[in-house]
Amino acid sequence: MSHTVAKRPTHMGDAIFEGLARFAGLFVLVLLGGIIVVLFVGGLPAFRQFGVSFLTSDDWDPVQQTYGALVPVFGTLATAILALLMAVPLAFGIAFYLTELAPLWFRRPVGTAIELLAAVPSIIYGMWGFFVIVPIMAEYVQPFVIDSIGEMPLIGGFFQGPPFGTGIFTAAMILAVMIIPFIAATMRDVFETVPAVFKESAYGLGCTTWEVMRSIVIPYTRASVVGGIMLGLGRALGETMAVTFVIGNTNRIATTIFGPGNTIASIVALEFPESETGSLKLASLLALGFILFAISFIVLAISRTLLKSGAKA
Amino acid sequence: MTMKIALSALTLGLATMAGAQAQQITGAGATFPAPVYTKWGEAAKAATGLELNYQAIGSGGGQNQILQRTVDFGASDAPMSAEKLEAGKLLQFPTVMGAVVIIVNLPDVGMNELKISGEMLADIYAGKITKWNDPKIVEMNKSAKLPNLAIAPVYRADGSGTTFVFASYLSAVSTDWKDKVGAATSVKWPAGAGAKGNDGVSATVHNTRGGIGYVEYAFASQNKLTTIQLRNKAGHFVKPEMASFQAAAASGDWANAKNFAVDLIDRMGDTSWPIVSATFIELPKDPKDPIRSANVMKFFDWAYKNGSALAVNLEYVPLPETVQAAVRSAWHTQIVSPDGKPVY
Repeated sequence: MSHTVAKRPTHMGDAIFEGLARFAGLFVLVLLGGIIVVLFVGGLPAFRQFGVSFLTSDDWDPVQQTYGALVPVFGTLATAILALLMAVPLAFGIAFYLTELAPLWFRRPVGTAIELLAAVPSIIYGMWGFFVIVPIMAEYVQPFVIDSIGEMPLIGGFFQGPPFGTGIFTAAMILAVMIIPFIAATMRDVFETVPAVFKESAYGLGCTTWEVMRSIVIPYTRASVVGGIMLGLGRALGETMAVTFVIGNTNRIATTIFGPGNTIASIVALEFPESETGSLKLASLLALGFILFAISFIVLAISRTLLKSGAKA
Repeated sequence: MTMKIALSALTLGLATMAGAQAQQITGAGATFPAPVYTKWGEAAKAATGLELNYQAIGSGGGQNQILQRTVDFGASDAPMSAEKLEAGKLLQFPTVMGAVVIIVNLPDVGMNELKISGEMLADIYAGKITKWNDPKIVEMNKSAKLPNLAIAPVYRADGSGTTFVFASYLSAVSTDWKDKVGAATSVKWPAGAGAKGNDGVSATVHNTRGGIGYVEYAFASQNKLTTIQLRNKAGHFVKPEMASFQAAAASGDWANAKNFAVDLIDRMGDTSWPIVSATFIELPKDPKDPIRSANVMKFFDWAYKNGSALAVNLEYVPLPETVQAAVRSAWHTQIVSPDGKPVY
């Protein structure tokens, strides 16, 4: 009924602190706005030159000065979605194991190991991927698949091609390894917050461990689980060095599962140093950065709607 | 008392730093000559006290940096066009010549055993020839064991002068390549996968069964990669070795080359290797810091006089004496300090 009226700060210290806090909040907004403006203004020449076809063209020709965003955007989305598909079940399994099945003395070391994995710098993942995973893929996995499934009549064509070892699939694997720690740690922390009384009453009714997980724990923690997955997706979308080493750096959409490709982050990392200031290529790269920003924004909006609809249900 | 000590220590420290800075020169650019520049830098430091800081970020990056004057000199395998040199007020001069060779990864094929022609190489990189046992390749290599393996072409994903040299060669031997793709530090490759740097290309070819790539000769010889023979303009198959590079370099028409940008691609000559190129340095004609600019010229002058043995050791071809003299006179006449006097 009565609402509290904000009192005027009476002490100097309070006034200064309030001002600093307000400044910090505004600073974040200003920084975000600044980044968006720089990307948009820098990418404007490319948008003006190519129009909407910039988003649908798979041409990337520095000699003819025509650029299109389709290949990097496809690569970014394909690697991120593939990585999520591989990472979420594994992360869920890790969180489930750590909270329900593992013996108590085992939980601390594994939990710490997961957090350490999250702290490994991404370029280390890139180097590990390039020097360990890529040769294994190129010498054993890809030739095996190409020689066996690649020879089959209908689907064979999709599994053929030179065994580079790099490619969208390898990059998605490395990304999956990188985002598992984030998602698993978030899931585990949040699974542990479920009040024991809920679980015990479910067990009392005769539910199995899996039924408890499915009907009690996951609905209770849905918002945070989705948040953890979005965190992992955000990292996968923007990951640069790990992907650049293993994606194959090709400006074509692959027609085979092992084909090389490009992501927005990797094409910017490789082509930015050589782009002259004021050139159309630099404008195209900045435009690509703006598109990545827009993709992240859309992903965030989707996750918000998922949470809202989940909360209503 | 402590203040005085602290102050004098600070000034001494700054003075030594300033003294050290005065002897440092920074450059950025091509990975092609990076091994020889690094070796020259080490030797020059002992002999002249000049310290070279060279970043191998690729020819495109080197050109960009010197146009923005963030480094003392830029290094590029692709010669800059005359208009760009005019607009950027840069002087371009060559340092050494080197060769681009082709490396392959085929299980039963030995060093310099495989023979292909320039047009076939262009077709491989255009994605027209896709298997190693293609009839055209088999016909040229009757004695080699060519498997039913997909060809995996590897190219430079970063902006590279090595790409410029290789793509110039492909444009010279295949009109189809010239029309569809062209030559630049970065082109639209119709087939294959990219890797970063000369070392990235050799690592990728090494990892990929059936791989083929182009690298600078020093990388191939020092990492003992399997190279192939190419058919040159005179119709002979030549091996990539020092003698064939020198034959190509000797046929260069330096006198008529504008801004020293001589064309050594696909030269006539029975024993010439077809993919040879000089590598260039770009220096500002109006240096803001004449001392640093003079130090750069002092470094390269020392390298011309004393660095030839090191260059040959690393499998590069040194410049002819006449060209070195022409470069020195260009330094003297074209690079002037703000008060109008020649810097070196």
